[in-house]
Amino acid sequence: MADYETHSFDVVVVGAGGAGLRAAIEASAQGARTAMVCKSLLGKAHTVMAEGGIAAALANVYPEDNWRVHFRDTMRGGKLLSNWRMAQIHAQEAPDRVLELEEWGALFDRTADGRILQRDFGGHRYARLAHVGDRTGLEMIRTLQHRAVQAGIEVFMECTITRLLADGGRIAGALGYRRESGRFVVFRASAVVLATGGVGKAYKVTSNSWEYTGDGHALALWAGADLIDMEFVQFHPTGMVWPPSVRGILVTEGVRGDGGVLRNALGERFMFRYIPEMFRAETAETEEEADRWYTDRSVGRTPDLLPRDEVARAINTEIKEDRGSPHGGVYLDIATRRDSGYITRRLPGMYHQFLELADVDITKEPMEVGPTCHYMMGGVRVDAETQASTLPGLFAAGEVAGGMHGANRLGGNSLSDLLVFGQRAGRSAAEYAGRPTAHPVVNTSEAEELVREALQPFEATGSENPYTIQQDLQECMQTMVGIIRTEDELTKAFDELAVLTERAGRVRVEGHRQYNPGWHLALDLDPLLAVSECIARAALERTESRGAQTREDYPDTDPELGKVNVVVRQRKGELVLTREPLPPIPDELLALLEDV
Amino acid sequence: MAANVVMRVWRGDAGGGEFRDYEVVAEEGEVVLDVLHRVQASQAGDLALRWNCKAGRCGSCSAEINGLPRLTCMTRMNLFPQDEPVIVAPMSTFPLIRDLVTDVSLNYETAKKVPPFVPRPREPDGTYRMQQADIDRVQEFHRCIECFLCQNVCHVIRDHEENKDAFAGPRMFIRYAELEMHPLDTNDRRELLQARAGLGMCNITKCCTEVCPERIRITDNAIIPLKERVVDVRYDPIVWLGRKIRRRKSAGQR
Repeated sequence: MADYETHSFDVVVVGAGGAGLRAAIEASAQGARTAMVCKSLLGKAHTVMAEGGIAAALANVYPEDNWRVHFRDTMRGGKLLSNWRMAQIHAQEAPDRVLELEEWGALFDRTADGRILQRDFGGHRYARLAHVGDRTGLEMIRTLQHRAVQAGIEVFMECTITRLLADGGRIAGALGYRRESGRFVVFRASAVVLATGGVGKAYKVTSNSWEYTGDGHALALWAGADLIDMEFVQFHPTGMVWPPSVRGILVTEGVRGDGGVLRNALGERFMFRYIPEMFRAETAETEEEADRWYTDRSVGRTPDLLPRDEVARAINTEIKEDRGSPHGGVYLDIATRRDSGYITRRLPGMYHQFLELADVDITKEPMEVGPTCHYMMGGVRVDAETQASTLPGLFAAGEVAGGMHGANRLGGNSLSDLLVFGQRAGRSAAEYAGRPTAHPVVNTSEAEELVREALQPFEATGSENPYTIQQDLQECMQTMVGIIRTEDELTKAFDELAVLTERAGRVRVEGHRQYNPGWHLALDLDPLLAVSECIARAALERTESRGAQTREDYPDTDPELGKVNVVVRQRKGELVLTREPLPPIPDELLALLEDV
Repeated sequence: MAANVVMRVWRGDAGGGEFRDYEVVAEEGEVVLDVLHRVQASQAGDLALRWNCKAGRCGSCSAEINGLPRLTCMTRMNLFPQDEPVIVAPMSTFPLIRDLVTDVSLNYETAKKVPPFVPRPREPDGTYRMQQADIDRVQEFHRCIECFLCQNVCHVIRDHEENKDAFAGPRMFIRYAELEMHPLDTNDRRELLQARAGLGMCNITKCCTEVCPERIRITDNAIIPLKERVVDVRYDPIVWLGRKIRRRKSAGQR
């Protein structure tokens, strides 16, 4: 007999970060019976870690800003690989979504005339990020959380979804387990919105929490939906590097936006040596020009604020060529330009983080920073207007969705992405679920079989430790599918991943089903390994360097590959990769991209 | 400067349990959570604990370390003498689920009872105008990461199970305060605060303020001003009458 509880909803949202919350609020507002399912407690999702701000062309600080400039910056930052329509919708709707947050109680820092203050960030021509000090994500998630609670949306906290359930080529629901009790849950639903974030836990040095195991990417893949751009994994240029305990913890780009500069061990502002052709015209050539830019937008922007892929690669090179700091990073210095009152007011989180965890007073001395795995550009292939995946009834929003950010995401564009496309996904899912078609049916014997599989690690005769396998996976991805890639290493990574997958089949966990992190990790290994393979395969397929993908064996950008997405899908248990053309961009938008 | 340490960790569930010792290496600069993770990975794969951000921003990893309520991710190992066990216990105010994980659903249930934010209309130009100085105080309250350490140490509920229904606790007083002092809000929660949230039961011992990892001055900046506002509305007959007639707070009050 079935060993699970069953719940029925119109729309089930998987994930309760910014995208999941915004989607659930919208679906519920449209009248859909909506549930939100999340791996942690409500309000703890990774959005809470977002620091710098929400990019939106509100034009409060620079009146000359508008959606067209934001669109242009986004497309160029993504090395022209973004889905143009998503980038357009995003730039057009982000301001309304920010103002809506304010109407729901969020309190952003203010301009002198009482409007929402905006700060500078990498790749954005104008100061564009609405923010609250360096804890913008907390403000956003709490505002959305209160709104969702008010709306009476049912939340299944500490509940992990392990499989999507389908009925004849469309979504029928999802299967998961409650972490607290270890009991299984079947959700019957006409529509499922994936809002599960990324896969940073596949890497050793990461800013991501334990939750980031690629769940949504894998759920969609296994259910037959397409993934795109999986080769593009963003390494944030500035993570903490010392002590080892904090390696990878995020240092907001706001430090550079607010005046911080990067220096190597020789004291050089090395970013001037790494200005790519694409950004040369808008970037300062000398330190004097860069310093002037903070108050005068008629000169070029400091190269410290080039897009993240450029800065991460530059730092990586400086460290490799022995110009790094003693603990294998570079220096990030804001104390020279700003006084301590300014720093503690604008960056209170950074101040305490360094003081308490690294014994560094950032108002007096530079930070040591280095690249850290931060964000997945690739994800579920979705329709730009509706966020519908290629599988009917399945939607995706936020980091788990692909297309919006192309080959590299600009800082600040993530929080706005969550809001804009979370709202659209929630609306579309509610509309889809409300169509007068027969309700899909969950195949109970399939669900029972999946439950049996999930309990395997308790009975397995093997002796593999799930923690060890995860560490080995992180080592493999970090060294062979990291910032710099070669065919040789990527091929080695496949072999290694095959071995790890085989080992994962022999995992044995101790204890019982009640709140057992070892067992939870054993189950998380499935999506981690599946998505890691997608990343490595897509990275091999894209034989060029573009954005976050740097191939040492193909150092140049290939114009032909700039016209295609690498699509990954699973057919008959095998990954199938194809190159498929990008949607053609209309001429009037193309013209915006050339304007410098 | 790696060192061998003994972590004395509570293992058990609602049915009972015991402290168990784990001898483990602590590397330079590590926090309690790092060492607990090492115990998990090498000696006790099923050790139950919560964590997310590991940077003091999400409030998931609260516990009582050597008797002090703290975030395990922000508590450096070098705070403790190396030759003595570091004792890690779950928060004691909340029902135990397993090991270091407690049932904090009480806080989520109480949150549902808070009357919502209801903003005044926008300015004619479609914006809301607020001066930074007028929102500094509320932004302080918005720093709350919901670690529930304040709820954990508040003796009104820590020592009196029977108060849990009638007393919202410091975390929720922060929530009430941020709404009451929000420049745009038009809702009035003061009657409710006294009658149903139990504001009067707080006798301002400031235990909550002492343990707040975000350094929010819970007692001075939230609870005491709320008490004053409640006194205004409940015990001043003229103010009370005025409120009844106008049914909304004047902007000058803020």
